[in-house]
Amino acid sequence: MDSTTFVKPTLDYFHLWPILVVLGVAALGVVVEAFVPRARRFATQTVLALAGLVAALVGTVLVGLDLTEVGDGAARGLLTAGGTLVIDGPAVFLWGLVLIFAVGGVLLFAERRLEGGVSAFAGQAAALPGTEAERQAQGLDHTEVYPLMMFAVAGMMIFPTAGDLLTMFVALEVLSLPLYLLCGLARRRRLLSQEAAMKYFLLGAFSSGFFLYGVALVYGFAGSMDLAAIDQAVRADTGNHTLLAIGMGLLAVGLLFKVGAVPFQSWTPDVYQGAPTAVTAFMAAGTKIAAFGAILRLFYVGFGSDRWTWQPMLWVVAILTMVVGAVLAISQSDVKRMLAYSSIAHTGFLLTGVLGVQTSAELADGQVTSLQAILFYLTTYGFSMVAAFAIVTLVRDSGGEATAFDRWAGLGRRSPWVAGAFAFLLLSMAGIPLTGGFVGKWAVFTVAFSAGAWPVVLVAIFSSVVAIYFYVRHIRLMFFTAPTADSAAVVAPSLLTSATIAVGVLATVLLGIVPGPVLDLAGHAGEFIR
Amino acid sequence: MDTTPYVVLSAILFTIGTVGVLTRRNAIVVFMCVELMLNACNLALVAFARQHGNLDGQIAAFFVMVVAAAEVVVGLAIIMTIFRTRRSASVDDASLLKY
Repeated sequence: MDSTTFVKPTLDYFHLWPILVVLGVAALGVVVEAFVPRARRFATQTVLALAGLVAALVGTVLVGLDLTEVGDGAARGLLTAGGTLVIDGPAVFLWGLVLIFAVGGVLLFAERRLEGGVSAFAGQAAALPGTEAERQAQGLDHTEVYPLMMFAVAGMMIFPTAGDLLTMFVALEVLSLPLYLLCGLARRRRLLSQEAAMKYFLLGAFSSGFFLYGVALVYGFAGSMDLAAIDQAVRADTGNHTLLAIGMGLLAVGLLFKVGAVPFQSWTPDVYQGAPTAVTAFMAAGTKIAAFGAILRLFYVGFGSDRWTWQPMLWVVAILTMVVGAVLAISQSDVKRMLAYSSIAHTGFLLTGVLGVQTSAELADGQVTSLQAILFYLTTYGFSMVAAFAIVTLVRDSGGEATAFDRWAGLGRRSPWVAGAFAFLLLSMAGIPLTGGFVGKWAVFTVAFSAGAWPVVLVAIFSSVVAIYFYVRHIRLMFFTAPTADSAAVVAPSLLTSATIAVGVLATVLLGIVPGPVLDLAGHAGEFIR
Repeated sequence: MDTTPYVVLSAILFTIGTVGVLTRRNAIVVFMCVELMLNACNLALVAFARQHGNLDGQIAAFFVMVVAAAEVVVGLAIIMTIFRTRRSASVDDASLLKY
């Protein structure tokens, strides 16, 4: 094709509806900030965000039902916007997940009872901590968090849908930039929050620089940003293979940073601890889902035929991530940091799944594909993480959330229900049978094993055992340690947080007892369009 | 036209940026080094666009400029708040979160 002719891209509005409505609501939220009086902003923004997410969720279901088969029938979906967006089964599944956890995020953002009538976000982020200006802003709410979050959600939806590297890069930034800001907006412990925002921002910008240089080198190799064209160039092997290998590595740095894989994990505990807990809950689930979608699409669709170049690298990263995550979690003394290291370990387990067999054509009947296993794992992971961080927001003292371990001593005797729910979520993260986490782990381990990655699976099993130790230690702390004078208490939340926790726990139970429907749904999502 | 010198130059710029991020202490300078990395990417993209004779790389460079501008807005806001609270923009001083 002559490169000077411009072909107008066609936009498939029906299939793009979920993304467009989220972006539209985000933009509308900015307008609301400017024109709606302060007293009414909170209600307006919350209702607007929830309505937008529900509309997008309905749209996602409709799009999911509407996808038509392409090629040999393994994949369903379509390319739109000139091939820059690939709306296929896995992408729509990930949209659904992101939107569900975004609804949970909005509910946690809108919780006002815990802080006594105001939200967990700073009244005025620009006011210096400890000054008169900050005291005057005490009763205010930062309602900008809702549009920021909606922009992040839109980025998270585009990220796994991106059909070319440029769209992927833009989506990466659209999801990251609002999150950097959200991390710095905590009402209490503002220094920690600001520090978390700065660390996240500087390291995130650094890693997206690597991602972008990877984009440039892969473009230099293939002469196109399009993943399908890159795949063809890799198969033909006409270009400079060194460029491809370095580019692939740099792209991997950017993506592995986002999921918090070792050796790019150092931001995770700091940011998870410093950020407002509602943001942590949303970020822990959403970012990981979006970034794993992008990793899978990039490595399976773009570099799938060159897997011997990237698989050894992912072997090493997966092993390191699981071991470092599980071992360092043992030495933590803060609940949020422990959950952060646990999420690093989960990244390792998910990477184990990425090493699995790639297409359903290579599998016997009834075996799960690696895509199916990872989608299921992300579902269980998201529900348990959101609910666990939501519970962390409830355990408080006069200074706000009490996250140090010794403050949690004897929590089970005072508030058996909350502590019981938290213990159950920890058991699911540890992968005890009859919880969602067990089925997820079993699925990713089997796909990796059937692909011959048995050393990684052995390490995974070993680090699961190590992980059980610190989860059970925390459960013992809550139930079998006598409460001390300065133990924190559980504050009764409003319906918003209670609903989030209830849904998260219920989903974890159901996914453990009857995993069939969700596994089938993930299998029904099929393959990526290549 | 041989584009190799341009790609080599972009690699050198990218390396300078990376080393700068790792060694400098002032958050603003660290941030400037990140911007240098992004601009090195732009140079590489444009050079490769010339080499392949299509416009993808040049278009990408424009997108990168827009993204870099957005990143400046967010980044400077964050660095400003932390500077106002701590009276220091050193990345070593912000060390409450550890272990």
